[in-house]
Amino acid sequence: MVTLAVENVWKYYGDFPALRGVTFSSGAGACLALLGRNGAGKTTLLRILAGLSRPSRGTVTVLGRPARDPAVRARVGVLGHGIAVYDELSALENLVLFGRLYGLADPRRAALAWLERTGLDHVRDSLVREFSRGMRQRVALARALLHDPDLLLLDEPFTALDDRAIALVQSRLRDALAAGRTVVMSTHQLREALELATHVALVSRGRLVHFGERTEAMLADPGWLYRRYGEA
Amino acid sequence: MRQKILYGLILAAAVWLLRNLFVILLALPDEAAQGAIYRIFFFHLPAWFTCFTAFFAAGAASVLYLVRRDARYDAFAVSAVEVGVAFTAIGLVTGMIWARIIWGIWWTWDPRLTWAFITLLVYVGYLMLRRATEEPAERAKTSAVLCIFAFTSVVITYKAIDWWRTQHPGAVLSFRTGGGTIDPRMEATLFHNWFALLLLAVALLLLRMRQELAQREIDALRRRAHAL
Amino acid sequence: MRFFRQSLTVAAKDLRSELRNKEALNASLAFALVILLLFSFAFDPTAETTREISGGLLWLVFAFAGALILNRSFARELPNDCLDALVASPVPPGALFLGKALANLALLVAVELVSLPVFGVFYNVRWADRFWPLAGVLLLATWGLTVIGTMFSALTVNLRLRELMLPVLVYPMIIPALMAAMQLTTLLLAGEPITGEQFIWLRLLVAFDIIFTALAVALVETVLLG
Repeated sequence: MVTLAVENVWKYYGDFPALRGVTFSSGAGACLALLGRNGAGKTTLLRILAGLSRPSRGTVTVLGRPARDPAVRARVGVLGHGIAVYDELSALENLVLFGRLYGLADPRRAALAWLERTGLDHVRDSLVREFSRGMRQRVALARALLHDPDLLLLDEPFTALDDRAIALVQSRLRDALAAGRTVVMSTHQLREALELATHVALVSRGRLVHFGERTEAMLADPGWLYRRYGEA
Repeated sequence: MRQKILYGLILAAAVWLLRNLFVILLALPDEAAQGAIYRIFFFHLPAWFTCFTAFFAAGAASVLYLVRRDARYDAFAVSAVEVGVAFTAIGLVTGMIWARIIWGIWWTWDPRLTWAFITLLVYVGYLMLRRATEEPAERAKTSAVLCIFAFTSVVITYKAIDWWRTQHPGAVLSFRTGGGTIDPRMEATLFHNWFALLLLAVALLLLRMRQELAQREIDALRRRAHAL
Repeated sequence: MRFFRQSLTVAAKDLRSELRNKEALNASLAFALVILLLFSFAFDPTAETTREISGGLLWLVFAFAGALILNRSFARELPNDCLDALVASPVPPGALFLGKALANLALLVAVELVSLPVFGVFYNVRWADRFWPLAGVLLLATWGLTVIGTMFSALTVNLRLRELMLPVLVYPMIIPALMAAMQLTTLLLAGEPITGEQFIWLRLLVAFDIIFTALAVALVETVLLG
């Protein structure tokens, strides 16, 4: 089942083409690692997939409908650069809020469940402002996965995390993939991402120069793809 | 070709304005009640009309930009607003000069002057917003939305001030001869200047549009050069 | 229906956030009281003439103090990229906007309801017997102010000079609503009823509110999407 179909997407900022004719698709259980140098267009692409931005040309179809469709947005989870939770609210308050916004039947129960799964239930009533960096990332992850989305979009999820936090993110992602969800993540942490990835894409200057399955060669030598396309 | 049209327009506007100036300053007699100063009205009234037309055009261009996302609509909008602001200023200054001569005061809460001042502030805000936004697509989008709000506000304010004026009657700047009817020659000259100024406004707008689009191209080339 | 429930969720979130630390609320309240004090030096509070401008004074205070609250509206979503999470959620941008506007309305009305008795004391103005009509005018006019202020908060959220730009953009646009509010308030505070002629101001307020609310809800999605 095709979860995500991107068809000839262009994105202009003024006259500057940030994305040029990007086309690919992903299905259930697929984990796509989006590679590319800074400024290549990875974040721009992810924001369009998340419905935060409209493409200048082309279409994005998620679960058979346009990306901005509210029914679709309820099935998509986003983890960007910022943790996207409120410092002045507690972990529980944050998750209940997002549970409500995502239309969950029992936001409180889902929130408590995810606080436990991310090891935060002992600080559930503490304000996020007081959390350490690792804890903040865990709340962010809980928020992104709270509504059990079919499509997960992650922008550099492993950046500045310690080993334990990385392991937690990886294991939650593995669970999601095993349950047939789709994951698209941009990353500079090649090894951690390639361990999970089923597919790999390379974005260079707005173009998708490579899209294919993750091979053993890539796993053994993560920098291979960059060198192959002269990006090293 | 486009250049020739532009120059043609400017020339036509200049010639027409010169002809009007001659008529206004030399050919027409003094007005019965006001003396010579009434001649400023040939600029005061058309300025107001031209600015309103310009702001309406800017609003329409803004709507079109949001629908089509074509940069030319954005260039048109900013050019129209700038021309509109210029003519609003002309309206304000000519009104103030008139008031000073006739009533001895620089300002009066005449509905048109009041409206012009508020409108000036609204659209100066628009220009400030554009200045404050660097990314061209973001700038075009936010200023388009602001322009729509601005025009709506300017229309509502006009009505509101009318009602306010009926509560606080005051001096009204109006183009009326001593008796109450307008000499047909004066009326004709009014229309002449009206259209001459409109022609000038169009010429200025096209000039500004050209400059705006050229600037965008330069900025885009610069960004591309940096990216390479 | 779900639209309004989502709006209320957003409104509740904003109010809870603000009431946790009360930064903007306290600043706004303090500012209102300071301006009331300053005005008492500018205009002799005991003079009969002051009664005639009482409505004007009051709304100047509300407009200036209100800007502090309105500015925070979308700016509070910037830390941690919370705005992205809200826009990416299934909540329609119109509901997001309305929720924020409602929260702002509540906060602004709170400041106004505290300022009113203080004003009454400083200027020896009786307002209690006209409270309900006054409250009606307060609500209508404050909504107009809030809609424009919240919308422009969204418009200027990414700007460096946001705090400077917001008042510059908002004040000229709300003049019709302020005019109407000032007229009606002065009348009510003078103890006069609102007769037929004055109804025009009420109609202006309602029209202002409806037109700009519709415009804002229609355009907010365009503003929030990159």
